[in-house]
Formats: sequence, structure tokens, C-alpha cells
Amino acid sequence: MAAYREFKEISPNASAGAKLTNWLENRFPTAFDAYKVHMSEYYAPKNFNFWYIFGSLALLVLVIQIVTGIFLVMNYKPDAAKAFESVEYIMRDVPWGWLIRYMHSTGASAFFIVVYLHMFRGLLYGSYRKPRELVWIFGCAIFLALMAEAFMGYLLPWGQMSYWGAQVIVNLFSAIPFVGPDLALLIRGDYVVGDATLNRFFSFHVIAVPLVLLGLVVAHLLALHDVGSNNPDGIEIKGPGKPVDDKGHPLDGVPFHPYYTVHDIFGVSIFLFIFSAVIFFAPEFGGYFLEYNNFIPADPLKTPNHIAPVWYFTPFYSMLRAITSEMMYALIACVVLGAGFGVLKAKLPGFIKGGIVVAAVVAIALMLSIDAKFWGVVVMGGAVIILFFLPWLDCSPARSIRYRPGWHKWLYAIFVVWFVVLAYLGTQAPSPVGERVSQVGTLFYFGFFLLMPWWTRLGTPKPVPDRVTFKPH
Amino acid sequence: MSQTPVDSSKRTWLIASSCAGAVGGVATAVPFVSAFQPSEKAKAAGAAVEVDISGLKPDEKLTVEWRGKPVWIIRRSKEQLAELPKLDSQLADPESKRHPDEFTPPYARNEWRSIKPEILVVVGICTHLGCSPVDKFVPGPQPSLPSDWQGGFLCPCHGSTFDMAGRVFKNKPAPDNLEVPPHMYLSDTRLLIGEDKKA
Repeated sequence: MAAYREFKEISPNASAGAKLTNWLENRFPTAFDAYKVHMSEYYAPKNFNFWYIFGSLALLVLVIQIVTGIFLVMNYKPDAAKAFESVEYIMRDVPWGWLIRYMHSTGASAFFIVVYLHMFRGLLYGSYRKPRELVWIFGCAIFLALMAEAFMGYLLPWGQMSYWGAQVIVNLFSAIPFVGPDLALLIRGDYVVGDATLNRFFSFHVIAVPLVLLGLVVAHLLALHDVGSNNPDGIEIKGPGKPVDDKGHPLDGVPFHPYYTVHDIFGVSIFLFIFSAVIFFAPEFGGYFLEYNNFIPADPLKTPNHIAPVWYFTPFYSMLRAITSEMMYALIACVVLGAGFGVLKAKLPGFIKGGIVVAAVVAIALMLSIDAKFWGVVVMGGAVIILFFLPWLDCSPARSIRYRPGWHKWLYAIFVVWFVVLAYLGTQAPSPVGERVSQVGTLFYFGFFLLMPWWTRLGTPKPVPDRVTFKPH
Repeated sequence: MSQTPVDSSKRTWLIASSCAGAVGGVATAVPFVSAFQPSEKAKAAGAAVEVDISGLKPDEKLTVEWRGKPVWIIRRSKEQLAELPKLDSQLADPESKRHPDEFTPPYARNEWRSIKPEILVVVGICTHLGCSPVDKFVPGPQPSLPSDWQGGFLCPCHGSTFDMAGRVFKNKPAPDNLEVPPHMYLSDTRLLIGEDKKA
């Protein structure tokens, strides 16, 4: 609750602009406070580098998606009999409709590129570490909402990939024991993906998920501005003992506006160069942004010979495909090893060790009794959910990769390579070699995160400086 | 604040009205969650389909739509039928014993999974994640298939393979054989899909 504010009088000789500002400030001080807290007096570390552009770009792409989306809805028809046709109508007959549609479809891929890089930045500099856990968790929730948004949006053009992609993903839910088939029925609203499904996905895509997404973005930014931004050195610039100027502002920080707003305009310009180039010269991006099979209207009787999700889902899709009944034995071996290690090597009270043994036995019994299909779904979901726990998995003494042991960089590089390999395999038709490789990749992905409490403690960190590394130019 | 004595009667009413509010909230959620269910129209749309199979030649497939799903009717050759029992050791569920009530009606619980040995009727939807498998009737080595392939179906999504009786091979993502829908012969060449004699 805001305290009572003194009504400010202004000199009758003041300019009309100053009078208007004063009039507004007396009636809506919250807006003026917010501008100070989040823009003109939000001190961000002055050593931000290239990696720090992606948050602003994500916000820009969100705006592009909302604006283009509003215009697409004016001509799109969420009806299984008319949807495909109405998208073609937008592309051919609506003035500039093709541009608006390509901005929206390219925007979807751009969103994921920007968000993946933004998340990787967090990984590099330990931006999720205390006290920024909630910033990271809100961010992961945004990522999840974004995946839901992208998936449901992809059904709307009602092409072959729209239809069969939705069929596969909705059927994932039916793999859940007992409640699965009924849950899949609730999602589809029919016994097969059909008009009812298209209508509800449209409703979610244009209303429900965007509202959640906007709320989460606000929470992400408010939480960030409460705890302050991290930086490439992974050290705090605010707090007790940190150097401040005579006004009490951190010496290692600069106000977000005008410094970073102007700075970001440069990044935005480069982004828009690339974005426009894709929209005008390669909107389908070789079948990666818009798949060729999606230019064929949905046919419930025939699956295209090669079906794969859009590129941004493929790493997770590869992990889903990697879980075969053979792979289950490898996973059971991992559970046995993990439990054995916990019981024999870890220093834990006896009852916890007993708990570990019971949990491992139960887990193995479930792994043997439920289909590999269900565990594939668990692995795919787990690959995203595990990100939420990163603040507690990373136990490294130094936050930033700059001051962690040198081999951490190699480990991160290998992680990126595996992520890209999984993404590539997910776009390809299933093959025995691809299956083996994706199984190794899946084990690496989960090993990287689950073993983090162990490997991040190894090695000696380099000395962490007191002040941020910054060279004025 | 802590000095104010607790008014226990007020607290009781607060708890009671909160509970009543929660019940109201849950009750309001019921119609909204129920609205996700298939509509009456969708439930009614499961009518049986009649098919004339007189023109179906050996090794040919006819696809009809039943409840929005593809149903395949295939006339198998003598050689293909002779091959079926030899594959048993490579199959996950050769005798269709897993979930027989869902996937194999009693009249199809035999080695060729059909009423008439040569005519196979199955729902062309993979039991893994619902893609429609593609025909791979030609035996012999080919991409994505084992070199001793004897003809059957390959699911393009996750690589599950099925033999000419819709039975799934071992170590594939699909857990069950292809579903045999309820069906019956109205005459020698007229097939009704969606209903059987029992029903």
C-alpha cells in the first residue's frame, strides 16, 4: 500500500509540458516510480557482453508475435474444413498477409533461438545461483509455456505435419498408466485429432497461454530487478561492502536507461537484419522453420513418410525416441549404480540409506512393469523439468565459467555438441545407428545435470576478483 | 495485533465460510473441466462403415475411414500367410495375448488375426503414438528394415515394424499389435466395420 503523498504544486510560469507531467505525477505516481525502479535508476552491471542481448531480444520477439498474431486472427478460421484454406488465403489474397504470416512463423523459430541462447548465458555465468533461483524458475516456466504455445500454434495451419505432430504429442499423454487414455481424450475433445482439437488449441494459443506467458514475463523481470542482474564475472555489484558513489549508486553499475536501452538498439538492429533476411529470402529455412509436408492439407488416413517436429523440439524428441525396451536395461543399471553409490560411499544416516534402497527397488519394479513408451515420455518431460533444479544442482564455488576450472569449458562444449547432435537426430528418420547415438546423448544430457553436485565441486577455481572486469572504450 | 484476543466464534465462521467457498469453487470447476470432453455429436459419430471387398486383389490394400481413423483391409497371399507362424520368435506378442479385449476381438485370436485367413482388417494406427504405418509389402532388405524382412508395415515416426498380421516386432517402441476393429461379414464380399455379431 503506497503511503499518502503530498500533492505537488508547480509554478504557474512552468512550461505546458512540465505542468502536464506534474498533473500526471500527482494522479498516477506508480507509473513514475516504476520508470525509475525499472529503467532510469535500475543499475545493471557495466560489464555486460554479447550474451546479454538475448533477454531484450526475447521481449522484442514476444511483441512481434503478439502483434502479428492479432493480425493473423483477423483472417484465420479455426475450423478443420477451412483452416488450411484460410492460411493460404492469408498468404495469397490478404494484402501483405504473406509478410505478416512469415513474420509470425519465423518469429516462432527466432523466439526459440533467442531463448536457447539466453538460457545458455545463464548456464555460462551461473545466473541461476542464489539469490536468483526464482528468476531462473520463472524463466524455465516461460520456456515451458513457450513450448506449449509453439506446439498448439503449429496445429493451426492444419497441414500434414500439424495434424500428425499433434496426434503424436497428444498420444504421449495416453502413455501415462491408468489415467492416460482419458486424459488424451480430454485434450483432443474427440476420439481422434479433429475439429474440436483445432478449436481448443486455437483458444489456448491466442488467449490462455499468452496470458500466462505475459504474467510469467512480468514475474521474471520483477524478480530480476529485485535481486539485480548477474554479470560475466558472476560477482555482486550491490550489497554491503560493495563500492558506491556519493549518491549510493553502485560504482560497477550503470542505469539501464539510457545506457543499456541505447546499447540494446544496436543488438536489435543486427537481429532485425538477420530476421528480415530470413523472412524475405528463406522463410521456410530449408524445411526447418516451416516443414514441406505442412503445405499439404491434413489427411487423417495417411501419415507423411517422414515426420519430425520443428527443430526446436527435436533434442527432446530424440530423447523420447531413445527410450526403447533395450534402453530400459541401461536406465535400470543407472538406478542400481546410483543407489549402490548412495548406500556404499555417501555419508548418510542409516534410515536415509534404507530409503534409497526401497526407492531404487520400487523404481526398478516400475521400470520393468510399465512400457518403455511411458518412460520415453517421462524422459522427455524430465529433460525440461530438470532445468528447474539447476540452482541446486550446481555446487561450484565460482558462479561464472570464467573462474571455474578450465575443463568446465570443455564439458560445456561437449554438452552443447550433444544437444546439437540430439537436435539433428530428431529431424532425421529413425535408424539403428541414430538410435544408439541418441541413447548415448540422452545419458550424457541427464548425466551432465544429475552428476552436477559431484563434478562442479571438483578442481580448483581461479581467484574471483572483487570488482567486475571492465575496460572503458 | 497479538494482544487482541481471538474471537473463536468469528474464526469458526471464517473457517466455515472458507470451506463453503472452496466447495463452490470446486463445483464451478466441474462444468469447465467437463467441457473438455467429447461433445454429444462427437460421441454419436461412431457409425459402422460398410465396405465392398469384391474387387480386392491379393497384396492389395483398401483404406476406409471409421471414427476418423484409417481401417485397412488387405488380401494376403498364400505365401504371406505361410510366413506368419515362422515369425513368432521375433514378435513381441505373437499370439495377441496382451490386452486382447482392446486389440484383438475373440474371432481374430488366431494365427492370422482375422475371420477369413486371407483378409486382414486392422486399424492403421500405430499403438505407440498414433502415426499411421506405411506399407512395406515387398520382402527383402531395404532402408529402415532388417535384411530378412518378409513384408509388413513400418511406422515412419518411430520405426516400429509390424508383420502381415499387424503383429509388432520385438524391441520396438510400439507395445501392442495393431488393433483389429469390431467387424463382421454381411455377405461373402460385403464387410461391416464397427459392429460385430456379438454386439
